[in-house]
Amino acid sequence: MLTRETVLHIAELAKLELAEHETSLYAEQLSEILAYAERLNALDTDHIAPTAQAIYRRNVMRPDEPRPSLSPDEALANAPQRQDDLFRVHQILD
Amino acid sequence: MNLHDLTIHQAQELLASDAVTSVSLTEALLARIAAVDTDLHAYLHVASEQALAQAQEADERRARGACGALLGIPLAIKDVICTRGLETTAGSRILAGFRPVYDATVIAKLREAGAIILGKTNTDEFAMGSSTENSGYDTTRNPWDRDRVPGGSSGGSAAAVAASMCLGALGSDTGGSIRQPAAYCGVVGLKPTYGRVSRYGLIAFASSLDQIGPIVKDVTDAALLLQAIVGHDPQDATSVEMPAPNYAAALGQGVAGMRLGVPREYMVDGMAAGVRQAVEAALDVWRELGADIVQVSMPHAEYALPAYYLIAPAEASANLARFDGVRYGYSHPDTDDIWDAFRRTRAVGFGDEVKRRIMLGTYALSAGYYDAYYLKAQKVRTLIKRDYDEALQQCDALIAPTTPNIAFRIGELIDDPLQMYLEDIFTLALNLAGVCGISIPCGLSEGMPVGLQVQGRAFDEATILRVAYAYEQATDWHMLRPQV
Repeated sequence: MLTRETVLHIAELAKLELAEHETSLYAEQLSEILAYAERLNALDTDHIAPTAQAIYRRNVMRPDEPRPSLSPDEALANAPQRQDDLFRVHQILD
Repeated sequence: MNLHDLTIHQAQELLASDAVTSVSLTEALLARIAAVDTDLHAYLHVASEQALAQAQEADERRARGACGALLGIPLAIKDVICTRGLETTAGSRILAGFRPVYDATVIAKLREAGAIILGKTNTDEFAMGSSTENSGYDTTRNPWDRDRVPGGSSGGSAAAVAASMCLGALGSDTGGSIRQPAAYCGVVGLKPTYGRVSRYGLIAFASSLDQIGPIVKDVTDAALLLQAIVGHDPQDATSVEMPAPNYAAALGQGVAGMRLGVPREYMVDGMAAGVRQAVEAALDVWRELGADIVQVSMPHAEYALPAYYLIAPAEASANLARFDGVRYGYSHPDTDDIWDAFRRTRAVGFGDEVKRRIMLGTYALSAGYYDAYYLKAQKVRTLIKRDYDEALQQCDALIAPTTPNIAFRIGELIDDPLQMYLEDIFTLALNLAGVCGISIPCGLSEGMPVGLQVQGRAFDEATILRVAYAYEQATDWHMLRPQV
């Protein structure tokens, strides 16, 4: 069973604020899912290479040439808060 | 026959012979949506005005001599695919009001072909789910029984096709999200090979698994709609340069002499009796058509589910990090600093299942657990892919049920995520292997549709379409429509 501390640690890594009832619910549900996932340990995979992509592609390059991109107005069209041609956020440095 | 009941290829014949216009077809479908979608909730956004303008333009193009399989054909688009200027939410509150400033490549291709975009269909939030119950907006009803789910995550697209609220639709499939709702709603759904269709402009869920594909009324339409969206796209580095064959031309070649494999691990005890009977009866149909039905083994089949539910959430946790309330989407109005803003925006913007998968994926990738969970799952993925390689060396295609049961009831599994995941047990492995598959209707059980899958080799969509078409021509299941 995942501890409350572990769940809060994971939530912090994922930048999710959890309500109190979510903390205990996720501890329970994630433990159940992870217990199920441990079935994989029945397989000996010591000499098996991992597959990250099923259809293998390597170093796909495109010509390094200038090309049109979004205009500032397009890029900012969905911005929750805009200031001039910038996304407005909280102050980051003191 | 009502205009809304047409298949794409039937409508195309009428358009080509000037028996109907795209405007009249589009009006008929918009009227159909207005009449039945208040109950079914397949659409999140209907773009009536834009659709009629596109129809007008398609009719003008035709008058100038243009033609093509999709010219003037009204389609529905799953709401995880970006449509320029048309609200695209991925079924999530965090993207409420989001209007993409560009089209996904598949949308650009459909527009170029002259297709009409009727609107955006409901989905489980960020395509995570098997029922549309995880949508941040609405639960779509199964047109065959409104107390049941349409499947998911492309449940809105499947219900829209089944209830004749569009002539065809696009969905996306990460672990079965095209095939499972197609099966539950009694329509056809095709998941193309990884790399066959560009995902540029598809809101990412699990990038090593996601594919866009058609949900339609019959196999001919699947060939036509697939043809329109395939091809290499420099904007998607995972798309391949391999040229696509003419899919419609491959349909009628029959199955005489073909070897069709039935993985013994997929005919499991837990299956509903009606599903088993329907699949076994389908095997007899292919036998009569001259195919050789052989048993094959996929010994790691039972490990697909646990491997998938580590790999997909891990990738999702990384992909969904972009939703931070800065550049687009919901932003929490009352926060103290940047970290507080991220935490609260995501807490309010994401629904339960998405948070659950972000948590699961973050855990599987976190220090100390990466090897035990994520790396282990990737190694098992290698074994699952080998199973497919070996089985598909012995035969031309594989046959399996799409789901172990008929559509479940709304609310039945929502509090038991693991049980809900088990509904995907027959579809997940295919995404892990990256190959292609199509679900077609093969019967009814308790009055609800049953689907079966034809799975094929990488980039061999032509063969699965051919096998599916042979079955479809010999049976009438694809003609059944729900009483809406």
